[in-house]
This record gives sequence, structure tokens and C-alpha cells, in this order.
Amino acid sequence: MLDQPIALESSDSGHSESGPSQGPAVVRFAGDSGDGIQTLGSEFTKSSALSGHGFMTFPDFPAEIRAPAGTTFGVSAFQIQIGGDRVKTHGDTVDVLVALNPAALKTNLAALRPGGLLIADRDAFAKRGLEKAGYAANPLEDGSLDGYRLEAIEISRLTREAALPQGVTKKEAETARNFWALGLVYWMFSQDRAPTAAWLTSKFAKRPEIAAANTAALDAGHTYGDVTDMAPPPRLRAVTPSSPRPGTYRTLTGIDGMVLGLAAASALSGLRLHYCSYPITPASAILHGLAKLGGEGVATFQAEDEIAAATAAIGASFAGGLGVTGTSGPGMALKAEALGLATAAELPLIVIDVQRAGPSTGMPTKVEQADLNLALHGRHGEAPLPVFAAAGPGDSFDTVIEAARTAVTYMTPVIVLSDAYTANAAEPWRLPDVATLAGIAVDRDIDADGFHPFRRDPESLARPWAVPGMTGLAHRLGGIERSSGSGHISYDPDNHQEMTDLRAAKLDRIRAALPPAKVSTGTDAGRVLALGWGSTQGALKTAVEDLAAEGHAVGHLHLRHLSPLPRGLAEIFALYDEVVVAELNSGQLRTHLQGLFPQVSFRGLTKVTGQPFTVAEIDAALREDLS
Amino acid sequence: MNVMNPDLAAPATDAGPQLTARDFTTDQEVRWCPGCGDYAILKAVRGVLAEAGRRPDDVVFISGIGCAARFPYYLASYGFHTIHGRAPAVATGVKMANPDLDVWVVGGDGDFLSIGGNHLMHALRRNVDLNLIMPNNAVYGLTKGQYSPASATGMRSPSSPGGSVEAPVNAALLALGAGARFIARSADTLQDHLPGVLKAAQAHRGASFVEILQNCVVFNDGAFEAVRDKGLTADRTLRLEHGQPMIFGKDRDKGIAIDWQTGTARVVPVGDGGPVYDVTVHDQTNLALATILARMDAPDLPLALGVLYHAPADDFTAQRADAPGRVIDRATLAGLLAAGKTWTVGEAAAGTQT
Ligand code: SF4
Repeated sequence: MLDQPIALESSDSGHSESGPSQGPAVVRFAGDSGDGIQTLGSEFTKSSALSGHGFMTFPDFPAEIRAPAGTTFGVSAFQIQIGGDRVKTHGDTVDVLVALNPAALKTNLAALRPGGLLIADRDAFAKRGLEKAGYAANPLEDGSLDGYRLEAIEISRLTREAALPQGVTKKEAETARNFWALGLVYWMFSQDRAPTAAWLTSKFAKRPEIAAANTAALDAGHTYGDVTDMAPPPRLRAVTPSSPRPGTYRTLTGIDGMVLGLAAASALSGLRLHYCSYPITPASAILHGLAKLGGEGVATFQAEDEIAAATAAIGASFAGGLGVTGTSGPGMALKAEALGLATAAELPLIVIDVQRAGPSTGMPTKVEQADLNLALHGRHGEAPLPVFAAAGPGDSFDTVIEAARTAVTYMTPVIVLSDAYTANAAEPWRLPDVATLAGIAVDRDIDADGFHPFRRDPESLARPWAVPGMTGLAHRLGGIERSSGSGHISYDPDNHQEMTDLRAAKLDRIRAALPPAKVSTGTDAGRVLALGWGSTQGALKTAVEDLAAEGHAVGHLHLRHLSPLPRGLAEIFALYDEVVVAELNSGQLRTHLQGLFPQVSFRGLTKVTGQPFTVAEIDAALREDLS
Repeated sequence: MNVMNPDLAAPATDAGPQLTARDFTTDQEVRWCPGCGDYAILKAVRGVLAEAGRRPDDVVFISGIGCAARFPYYLASYGFHTIHGRAPAVATGVKMANPDLDVWVVGGDGDFLSIGGNHLMHALRRNVDLNLIMPNNAVYGLTKGQYSPASATGMRSPSSPGGSVEAPVNAALLALGAGARFIARSADTLQDHLPGVLKAAQAHRGASFVEILQNCVVFNDGAFEAVRDKGLTADRTLRLEHGQPMIFGKDRDKGIAIDWQTGTARVVPVGDGGPVYDVTVHDQTNLALATILARMDAPDLPLALGVLYHAPADDFTAQRADAPGRVIDRATLAGLLAAGKTWTVGEAAAGTQT
């Protein structure tokens, strides 16, 4: 097979049925950013979870902070896939699209599958709104939507009628129309309105009439479904709840996973967490999440720039804390010098890169996995360090704890890659039993007798973590090359070779302690191995599961550890004719692997559109190789 | 020892034997050019550390890059020689992690005013409890003599063969603008003055900024001769003392009078030659006065040395709402994980809301 990337169209252009998987349903809410779309989404998610559905959600909000109302660039959307255990993405194509204004229809229609149900607020499709969205004619009336099942409902008027009697103004009544739409969708999926009604009551505790107006709209939407002859698409009614492992669950976004994972790393190590960051989209949300935990024992520091964020975190680690810095693409470039220092000084440090589409400002809210080369190689001098990638919201929690354990055990900086998709996507997450989480050992029992700052543990090659304030262990660290052992400044040629080798050997020790690589889905050997890393996991797993169920010899292997790579990869690669490396860049991991495993036939499945892979795209590409 | 200041009272010292400069001296050979002003600064720093009485184990020196950045290697405390310009940011992290440490940051005019200007500004405005000392030799020494942001306009150097066209930074004025609450100035060879300034800086809780005019014998020799030379300094500098009239000169025959209307200073004769009531009394808490003093320079006015401004306020770690000693425990973590909406799936997979 030729080593050719398979070029893909933008996922938004696909009008195909959502692959062979049946059962789960995909709903997309879209409206103006002032329409409370994200609130709708989170309420629908909560209700779906309580109904026992597995789900994955993804918000899609405008980059502009306050885009003019009614314009296409002010559209906010929220997509959710619900159904059984197999829901691992937010869905390729949409079964039900709710469009609250013309701009929302214009920007989201491409996602709706042919024959899909379109619910539109007819009242919003007046002259002004149509003009703002750039429609010459009303699409609800000109026949252009004939390929879909259109339900154009006077949502604004019906909302007004339901809400006005609750004692609110006309304007306040109209803003409740998102809840009218939600009520209708609840009816469609036989979901309970009570949690949303309860939320409204507490949210508007000081304005009970607003709560009542929204609840009335919610009920009215639900009743509308009941009393009209608007039969829901039959297969939506058949969407079956999943049967997850018993336990307590919550909704978790990738940002939540990072925030809670870092808090857990602190609790498990007994080290005070110092999260130092400079605001940048989409990583800022980690800073916001941790800043709320100031009273619980988390220190956050909004630094003056990305460099100060990284170096302050290094300072916190030098003084004995758990130093962490987080950023996105351009900020990662600025931290490169500090990573060299942390590598040279051999201090624990966690650097989180929530990747976004680049280069430069690029598309800050869109997903890309194009910082891999930067993470693996982007430092001056030879500065090898571990690079881990989180595969989803729940995996963010585990990955960041493992990063902290590695950083502290081996006295090294660790890069954790997330991305704009994982950051904002949400999934149900089973709460771990905190009592049984393994602790992170911190060795501060250092004998002052014969202490040398660079005398290493023979097993891990870690140097002792002596921190200021400890008696008899005063020492000087620095970026200048240090003498192996004593840590004194050294320009000795042989010493530099030895230290360079030791820094590299540390990664070998880390590799030896990692679990070996494993094919997680599909067949253990055969035609094609689909290899991925990071947020592509859901789409890859779903596609490979479907293909394997059809009898194809295809497997899926997902890498968390990108540096060092786990043991056993060569043996696994040898069991397949071809390895397809799927990633949201132009082939960075594939190129890296091809250099390391020249005997393996790698093929790239790449996409750089700012959008995640769809299952259909992976399915089609793998099928091409399997046939 | 010339104690200039009423609030220079010695800070609380750790119990234990009296420390000496030797206790803060490493076995590392000091490697500056012979005659470099940094030797004298190092000597003064060691003496002040001994006098301040903090255990060497509780003292930390952080530096960036440059000749002055070698300080940590020569002090038997904890030390961290970091990267160019970033020392104030590293030190801020150290202080966050352990507010009890006595943290010093040493950076030259390149480190503090150029590549690390941003970090200096923010450490000062945040009032992080750091002793920031800046040996200012008005040149890049380590990289072999290029002009620095503190170099005089017209300075010829390898990177400015026709003479620098840039105006120099006034470090004290910059620090005032950044909101620093302790600003002082001295010079390397003024061993009857520098230790007192350093001691006051160490005692100040919050960011203390000390500019130390320092001679680079190799690349900018004599740049501060008027300040450092025993014969000249008395007439060319003004040694500030809080609460005292601002008098200077070998014969103590000149004073500084401030015209508050125009915000300017002028030299007035004192003693036999003139009335003493013209002379302004130094008030180190007066921001307006500090601004005027920071700008005084040759040829018309003496350079102000000593504590220009000292207005204590809560420092960064004291202002923060987070309890520095606190660490999340497992019980707290369990609470965080379960915060917000949760639901329970039993053996029968029935969802219940909690
Ligand atoms: S180059 Fe100048 S500043 Fe540097 S050590 Fe030599 S004399 Fe001192």
C-alpha cells in the first residue's frame, strides 16, 4: 500500500446516513448566542443522563464575544448523541435539528441528515431575520427544505401565550422560547421535565415569575407534541437507554477532567497544587475551574505572560509544590525555553496543552492535533521528556494523574496534550472510589550526609527533590550544565555526554514501567490496524467496532503515551498488513513512527479542518483498505 | 555601619549562634573579572545575610542570566540560576509555594530592564515579598559589551558602532511607575552605604527594589565614577535619610529644595552660605518626592542614593485568599468529584437522581 494520506472532505459536507450504527440519536440545538442554547444543551444532557442514556455532547459557540444578534457568526449550537453504551462521539449527522432563527438554520443545516427532522421557529423567519442571515427567500416556504421533515412552528407566539399569564413582560415571555423547544424535544424522547423545572425554580429563586414563565413554556412545548399529530420519527422513540456499570455518575467535560485530575494529583501526593497560567482559549477554563478551589488548598496564579506562567510553576516546584502550567498552541511555543530549564534542572512540572487549530491565532475554538511535533521535539538542545495525550473527558482525569506521578517519580517535566474537542465535549463519568486511588509517593526523606543534588536513584534515575527550607540540603540549581552527582557547574566534555545520556535514559526507565501497548478493539491481527491518539478515540473505536462486527480483520490501538512509546508496538504492528495512523494534522505521528519502525507500512488518515473525525469518514477510509 | 533609617531595626532572627559572612560562602571559586563591581556587592550581601540572621537553609537566591546572575553559586543558601529575565517569575512561584523563605532575586540591567522587564514590573506591582537587587553596569557584560537599556545615549558598542540612539531607562522611576513600595539606590564600592540599603530591603516585607550602580571594568569602565569615587561622591550624590534635611557635599554645604509647584529640585547653599530652612526634609513615604528624587542627576543635581521610597502594604501572599499551608485531602477531593448533578446506576441499571 502506498504511503499516501487519505484526503477527506470537511465533515460538515456529509449528507450520508450515519453509518451502520443504529440506535443512538443525535440532536442539535441552534440559535442566536443570546438564546440560551448552551443552557438548553446542558438541561437536555442532564435529563438524558437521568433517563439512563449514554451520551457525548459538544458545544459549538461563536468565537466573537458579543456578535450582533441574528447574524450567522453569532450562532451558538449544542449537539448531543444519546443512546446505548456505544455512544462515544457527539454524532456524525444530526437526526433532529432545532433552529431558533434563520442564521441558525443557515449555519447548521448541513449537519442534518437527509430526511432528518427540522424544527424551526416560524416567527423568527421574518424579513429582518432572513436578511441578516443572507436569505433572499424564506427557506421555510420556498421548497428548499423538501429533503427534510420540516416542522415550522410558531414557537415565539406559543411561548408568549403560555408565559404571559405568569406575570412577566412580553420580552421576558419571549425569551422563554428555548424552553418551549426543549419541552417539545423532551416529549419526543419521552424524557422527564422535572429536573429542568427544579433547576429553573432554584436558578430564578429571586424572580419566581421568570421561573414560572419558563416552566410554562417548557410544559407548553411538551403538550404541543402530545396534542398535535406530530408523530416523532419512529426510530427516535426506539432509542434505548444504556446499561452502564453500577455506580455514581456525573457529566464530565475534558476541562472538568483536567481540573479534577489536577486536584486529585494534589490529594494523592500531598503536594500543594500551583497552577500558573495566562488566559488563552480554550485552556483558560482550567484556570477558572481551579481558581474556584482556592479555599480547598489549590493555588492559582494568573501570570503576566505564558513564560512567567511556566517559570512560576517551575519556581513552585523548586520550592516543593506541584507546579503546573496550562496553555494552548501559541502559548506552548512561548514555554519552550522554560521546558529546557525544567529538563536541565530536573524538576517536576506538568504542562497542559489544549491544542487548537493553528498556526498563530488560527481558529482558537476549533480542534486540531497539530502541536504533536512541538510537544515531541520543540525544545532547544536535547531535552527529551514524556508526552501523554488524553483521549476524552474521563481519560483527562486519569492522564493528568499519571502525568503528575511520572513528573514526581522521575523528576521531569511532562507534557499532557488535550484539544479543543476533548476540552468542551462532555460524557457521563463514573466517579472513582477516592479511597482506593493509588497515592503518589514523594520522597522527602533525604539524608544531609553525603547529599548531592544530582546523585540519582539507581532505578528511576531521579535526583533527590530537596527543597528550600530543608536543613542541611542547601544547593544551587541552574540551567548551566551540571556535574553528574555534585551538580556543580561543569563544562567537561565527558560529563555533558553522560548527562545527555542520563536524560535520555530516564525516558527508557519510564517506558519500562509503562503498561505494554494493547489493541483495545477489533481483531488482534489482520488487514488493518487503526492507530490513533487523543480525542479521535471515540470515532476510531466506533468505526472499528462496526467493521469488526461485520467480520473485517481490523483492530484499533490508541496511544496515551507518545513519548516514551509503550513497549510491544513493533510486535503488534507485525500482526497487521497495514497501520493506518489517524490524526487531526497532516501526519505528524505517522512520520514519527515511520522513522522509528521503517519496516512497517504506515498510511496516514488526516484531516485539518478544525473539525473532529466523523465515524463515517473513518469507516470509509478503513473500508477502502479492507476491500 | 551607617544606619540611615528609623525603620531599619533588625528583623526577628532565628534562634541560634550568630552567623557570619562565612556561613553564606560556598566553596565555589568566584569568577568575575578582576576589579568587577560585583565582588563588592557580593561581600555586602553576605554581610547583610549574616546580620539578618535567617538560616542559610531558609534563604533562596534566584537569578536569570548575565554576570550578576552568577550570585547564587557564591552564596551558601538555596539557589537557582534560571533563564534570561525570568528570575522574578520563578521567584514568585517559590514565594507562593513557601512564603516563609527569604527570597532574593539578582539581575543586571539586561535581565531586569530588558528581556525580563515585564516580569520585574509585575513582581513589583503584585508586591511579592522579594528582595530584588539590580547591579546596573549599563552594559551587557556576559555577551561582550553591547549597549543595554540603561546605557547612555551615544554609547559606542559592538552593536552600536555609531553610538546608541536610544534613551536610557531610569530604573527607579520605572519601579515607581510599576507600583513598587520599596525603592533604593546605592553603588558597589560604597561599603559605608550599600549594606544599610540592603538590610532595609531585606527587612521590608513586600517587593524591595534596589538599584546598585556597578562598575564593569571591561566594557563600561568608569561609567559611574562620580558616584563611586571617594573624592567625587560627596559632591555628586545625595545620601537620603528619612526625616532629615537633604544636605550633601564634602563640607555639607549644599541642600536640595523642592519646588512643589513645579515638581522640581534645586540646589541651595547651606550653613554659612545660606539659610537651612530652604532645604526639604526627606520623607520616604512621599510618592511625589520619590518621583522627583528618582529623576535627579548630573550635571545640575546630585544623584539620590539610599531609600527613595518606602510605603509598606500587604504583600502578595498575604493578600491572597488561599491558605498557603493547605493541601487538598482525599475527603475534599471526593466532595469535589461528586459536586453538582450526579446520578446513581444500581445493579438493575435504574437511574436515580441525587
Ligand atoms: S564583564 Fe563586566 S560585569 Fe561582567 S564580570 Fe567582567 S567586569 Fe564584571
